[in-house]
Amino acid sequence: MRAMKTHKGRVAPMDRSNVDTDMIIPKQFLKSIKRTGFGPNLFDELRYLDEGQPDQDCSKRPINPDFVLNQPRYAGASVLLARRNFGCGSSREHAPWALDDYGFRVIIAPSFADIFYNNCFKNGLLPIVLEEDIGDHLFKEAEESEGYELAVDLEAKTVTTPSGESFGFEVDDFRRHCLLNGLDDIGVTLEDGDVIQSYEDRRRQTAPWLFNSPA
Amino acid sequence: MAGKTLYDKLWDDHVVKQRDDGSALIYIDRHLLHEVTSPQAFEGLRLANRKPWRLDANLATPDHNVPTTDRARGVDGIVDPVSRIQVETLDSNCDEFGILEFKIKDQRQGIVHVIGPEQGATLPGMTIVCGDSHTSTHGAFGTLAHGIGTSEVEHVLATQCLVQQKMKNMLVKVDGKLAPGITGKDVVLAIIGRIGTAGGTGCAIEFGGEAIRDLSMEARMTICNMAIEAGARVGMVAVDDKTIDYVRGRPFSPKGEQWDQAVAHWRTLHSDHDAVFDKVVELDAADIKPQVTWGTSPEMVVGVDGTVPDPDREEDPIKREGIVRALKYMGLKPNMPISEIRLDRIFIGSCTNSRIEDLREAAAVVKGKKVSTTLKQAMVVPGSGLVKAQAEQEGLDKIFIEAGLEWRDPGCSMCLAMNADKLGQGEHCASTSNRNFEGRQGFGGRTHLVSPAMAAAAAIAGHFTDVTQLTR
Ligand code: SF4
Repeated sequence: MRAMKTHKGRVAPMDRSNVDTDMIIPKQFLKSIKRTGFGPNLFDELRYLDEGQPDQDCSKRPINPDFVLNQPRYAGASVLLARRNFGCGSSREHAPWALDDYGFRVIIAPSFADIFYNNCFKNGLLPIVLEEDIGDHLFKEAEESEGYELAVDLEAKTVTTPSGESFGFEVDDFRRHCLLNGLDDIGVTLEDGDVIQSYEDRRRQTAPWLFNSPA
Repeated sequence: MAGKTLYDKLWDDHVVKQRDDGSALIYIDRHLLHEVTSPQAFEGLRLANRKPWRLDANLATPDHNVPTTDRARGVDGIVDPVSRIQVETLDSNCDEFGILEFKIKDQRQGIVHVIGPEQGATLPGMTIVCGDSHTSTHGAFGTLAHGIGTSEVEHVLATQCLVQQKMKNMLVKVDGKLAPGITGKDVVLAIIGRIGTAGGTGCAIEFGGEAIRDLSMEARMTICNMAIEAGARVGMVAVDDKTIDYVRGRPFSPKGEQWDQAVAHWRTLHSDHDAVFDKVVELDAADIKPQVTWGTSPEMVVGVDGTVPDPDREEDPIKREGIVRALKYMGLKPNMPISEIRLDRIFIGSCTNSRIEDLREAAAVVKGKKVSTTLKQAMVVPGSGLVKAQAEQEGLDKIFIEAGLEWRDPGCSMCLAMNADKLGQGEHCASTSNRNFEGRQGFGGRTHLVSPAMAAAAAIAGHFTDVTQLTR
């Protein structure tokens, strides 16, 4: 998994509560055999005026100019500023996969749906819970100043605005450790790579037939 | 101190690291892959920029989506584009990462649980995993084998290990002698009928007793295959001469001095006489009749001479409700004799019963006879290209074809109907597969699980009939 110690990026404010996983990535896009490639269909129904189908060239579709991600000033945003209960709905990981594939790295909201919150960490995304009034403040700044960026320091657990205002946030130590070091389950197991290697070396000696290829 | 069970021995041999929270890092000797559960795992490796830990531990083949006809066209012969993409993806992933794959046109291709043992890729004492719940099949060789999910497929690819909690030890002992004509399939269905589909939950089941020892390796595989239908992820049989004879001379099997060394170790792979099991269930082999499932769960099973149950006679309200629902789905009346169920199709195949011995048993029953004209279809789908070749060498294909059964190419086929082989709505099928769930073999399809010999007898009669009475 991709590690994250700090992140600084352009902010897209999505002023809407209860954004569910079907909104994040509609179900017709789940047949894919991949975890990547969902980016063009992120928020598909909000983003485009037509009904999206898999394997479509999204660059030719009519876009909804009112949707925040379609406004040029938010192009290339990597920090999503969101409202209450973001990511509610199903447990599918396609939702974080789509956000990640689009380019988001940090999502800030007053609250997240549990499973979605968990799934984010598994996929290298950082969901940050900030109080509603701090959120309001950030929304206001982001909408007022073009090119507005936020800086996130996971080690220090802070979010800092361009004017130097800093807000602390809470995150579980184990999850933080995994994200700081880019560790997923596999990463954690690989921390014992040398133990695995020495087990394997010993087995090669004591049970060499386990390592045969077809004759 | 009490001795160890077979499961204890296999577990202890593979602990790489015991963690403080009770979980352990377990080393995986063999990882089998197929097209359905692996694409996102490979994708995960790519995204994280990881390589497989040990290439030669992996063996792949497409099986779920492959068509059972017109195989000369290879991947292009797969009509459904989604199925085709899955197969093509397995091919390209295996090529990219350097994993050995028996592709669709390779004679060694087949159902993943058939080809492992056939190639000697399944060896006693191994830990074996695959993104498929019927991986328990391989336990017939005294291995620790179970199914895993896609994220674990990725974990095994990347680390050669799994994080596991130890299961409980359960012994299912079948003592005495089976009556002639009673097969491994009847034994395992009778066990599931007895302990239920949750009877083995949380346990690793060892199948033992005289009747199990008397069975061939093929029959033991059939039994372990369905351990998962009894709720146990793992089913096992101790190693004996039959195991060792089966493994000898196969492509992955050890040779020469290594062989002797391996055999010496394999001989230790049985539960010690003073081993203690958490749970023991005993069955008398002599009581086991040919089994037929009447409902929508493998535990809904009776002897062929029995009748469909009457919900009014069930005291437990939850079970009663289950019977009512199943009878409705299956279109059956309470107290109806099993032999009166009219069949539409016959399916002989799947990782439970598509090995050479299964085909021989079925062929022996249909030889010189004709499939009932009341049937819409009867098909035989061998478990692998090599099983198919062997059967043809023995002339079994001609026996089937002359009797009016279709002789197909290897794959999962109508076991789960991911390819074109499906039941129509409301159709009854005598099937040698392992799951009779609603819709499993096609939308609205009605599955009755039986042994290959029973399926063959049903093909001739057009309804269920006691195969042991025919052969007498
Ligand atoms: S034959 Fe059926 S049960 Fe076996 S692996 Fe294929 S689909 Fe699964």
